[in-house]
Amino acid sequence: MNTEKLRNFLGSVPLHIVIIGFCVIWLIPALGLMVTSFRPVQDANETGWWTAFSEKPGAAEYTQYCGKCHGEDGSEIAEADLGDTEYIESFRRSLQIAATFNREYNGEIHLAEDDRPDDQQLADILAHLRRQTGLDERPQFTITNYEDAIVGYRGTTNYEADCEAGTQSVDLTCDFAQDLTNPRGMALAFRNSLFVAIPATILPLILAAFAAYAFSWMDFKGRIWFFAILVGLQVVPLQMTLVPISRIYFQLGIGGTFLGVWLFHTGFGLPYAIYLIRNFMGSLPRELFESAYLDGASHWTAFLRLALPLSMPALASLAIFQFLWVWNDLLVALIFLTGRNPVMTYQINNLVQSLGGGWHLLTASAFLSMLLPLIVFFAFQRYFVRGLLAGSVKG
Amino acid sequence: MSTVPKIMRQGQIAPWLYLAPAVLIMLFYIVYPTAYTTYLSLRDKDSENWATESCIEGNPCWGILENYRYALTSELDTTNFQTIWRSFWISSFGNNIKWILLMVTGSVGIGLLMAVLADRVRYEALAKSIIFLPMAISFVGAGVIWKFVYDYGTGNVQIGFLNAIIRSLNGEPIAFLQTLPINTLALIAVGIWMWAGFCMVILSAALKGVPNELLEAARIDGASEWRVFWRITIPMILPTITVVVTTMVINTLKVFDIVFVMTGGNFSTDVIANRMYTEQYINQQTGRGTAVAVVLILAVIPFIYLNIKRFREQEDIR
Repeated sequence: MNTEKLRNFLGSVPLHIVIIGFCVIWLIPALGLMVTSFRPVQDANETGWWTAFSEKPGAAEYTQYCGKCHGEDGSEIAEADLGDTEYIESFRRSLQIAATFNREYNGEIHLAEDDRPDDQQLADILAHLRRQTGLDERPQFTITNYEDAIVGYRGTTNYEADCEAGTQSVDLTCDFAQDLTNPRGMALAFRNSLFVAIPATILPLILAAFAAYAFSWMDFKGRIWFFAILVGLQVVPLQMTLVPISRIYFQLGIGGTFLGVWLFHTGFGLPYAIYLIRNFMGSLPRELFESAYLDGASHWTAFLRLALPLSMPALASLAIFQFLWVWNDLLVALIFLTGRNPVMTYQINNLVQSLGGGWHLLTASAFLSMLLPLIVFFAFQRYFVRGLLAGSVKG
Repeated sequence: MSTVPKIMRQGQIAPWLYLAPAVLIMLFYIVYPTAYTTYLSLRDKDSENWATESCIEGNPCWGILENYRYALTSELDTTNFQTIWRSFWISSFGNNIKWILLMVTGSVGIGLLMAVLADRVRYEALAKSIIFLPMAISFVGAGVIWKFVYDYGTGNVQIGFLNAIIRSLNGEPIAFLQTLPINTLALIAVGIWMWAGFCMVILSAALKGVPNELLEAARIDGASEWRVFWRITIPMILPTITVVVTTMVINTLKVFDIVFVMTGGNFSTDVIANRMYTEQYINQQTGRGTAVAVVLILAVIPFIYLNIKRFREQEDIR
């Protein structure tokens, strides 16, 4: 009995390895983003995020390369006291230390070719010395990146520090409540994203419910053909419609406005929305509708009292879909909203294009933009999956 | 489509009242622009004259289809057959084909694998949630996540996860997003990361629909797990696999954000949808931009047809 159990267990080991392996591969990239978003600026941009939890490197390298002459606390050689804050501060970059290696001190070369640390080690040693002398005292993790992202801070230190020093840039007032409305900040972008996504979810939902009812329980000429066309419309690429709509919007003067984007998302969300709701509404028991009619109910009553409440699961699925779709959209926001009303995806794209190395800001901003979708996802995963299964065509 | 109960067939106008708002909006936002874009693709860069006008004496010209000549051939090096072949595979069309081949097989393959395997463990729901998770976030967010994974430090310091691994194995770090041909593959990996969960969920539902008695019967008859899978499970879920594959091909044809955010189509990673954006909004060439868009919809049309056909078949079964 026990050997059989063991054999079963051993037999399933490869299975677990594959599953867990995939899960780890899937999680690591996102984990990197999350960890980095909580690390201080310098750490985030200079060291790998996986080092965040380990002891900071440099101590061992110091002992190996410098310790034997300078001593463990660095004060062995008085002219070059590595324990002295001011002295260390004169070395801003590790390259400056590397430049001293070739110099001769008391007729002897500072460090012979073979005894030198490589670039990474040297950077670690400098970081170690800066920490030792109290120049760089920074926490392992911080939330300043999020503050910076929210108010749209783009300087070299962080929002709080700049405000304390009174050196903030012109577009920031250091009155936090007021800085939340900074057009470069994610706080405003968050508000805009919500402002785009909520109406752009509700509007197509209502219109689609009406149309779906007509397709399910009303009789008219060409019903099937109409619906077939609708199925086809689901896959028309967005790119096909950008230019004509931009031109019309320009003429109407609603380019860059929320109204334009709401309507655009409604237009593009409708085919799938109608398709999904109709599939659900049409499969409700027909006896229900028949008897309602026999009792003298009109289409309006049947729609409002029967079809709509009974289709709630489908409507919920769809609402989640449409919401995520609109929230995550970049292209429509880029073309129809532009910088006039920047949404989160728009801001992040801007950060990516303009701020190559600012990983601390980029990761914090990206994480902020994912927060709501992730909450929606975890809270309503069931509906989300159900919606996918009901009609999996939209991309 | 199910028939409407006789008693409910009342009123000729009512249905249209229910349909009108949705239909009007769709006509305005999808049907009309599609037609107008097709027309614009035959006009020149400012839509003032026919495209024929933008032909240059002595250069190849396709007359009114000049923009299509540009869309289809401008990325090709037409010196000889070999250069055409080579340049095709780094053009937006060649890249889109790579995307379709690799992303569809990758995401459907991984999706199916996870659907089958996760079915056998107790932490099924958790494992599936993890694979499914990227579906919730934006392509832009995914772009940032993976740009960070692929980050290439010019010095010895590598903060990109992949290059740190390479370096710890004493390898030479790679500029993943700049180096051909690995850059397109790196982008496709992001696509797979995002979409495998979608494939998994749908295939998983189909798997659960395969009657257990059937599988048990085959097992009792002595068929190996492997054989049961290929001879029973796969044929049973084949219709669903077809649906997933067509959906994925459509999604892949339209892929834009990943390329736009991560490389901007540079370093020979362009795809059709991004090229449309570049021509239209960066080069300000309306004729060429719309021509690229038309090429894109032409590529999608077979799948529109397939979708409608599938829909009609489903309705026949109902």
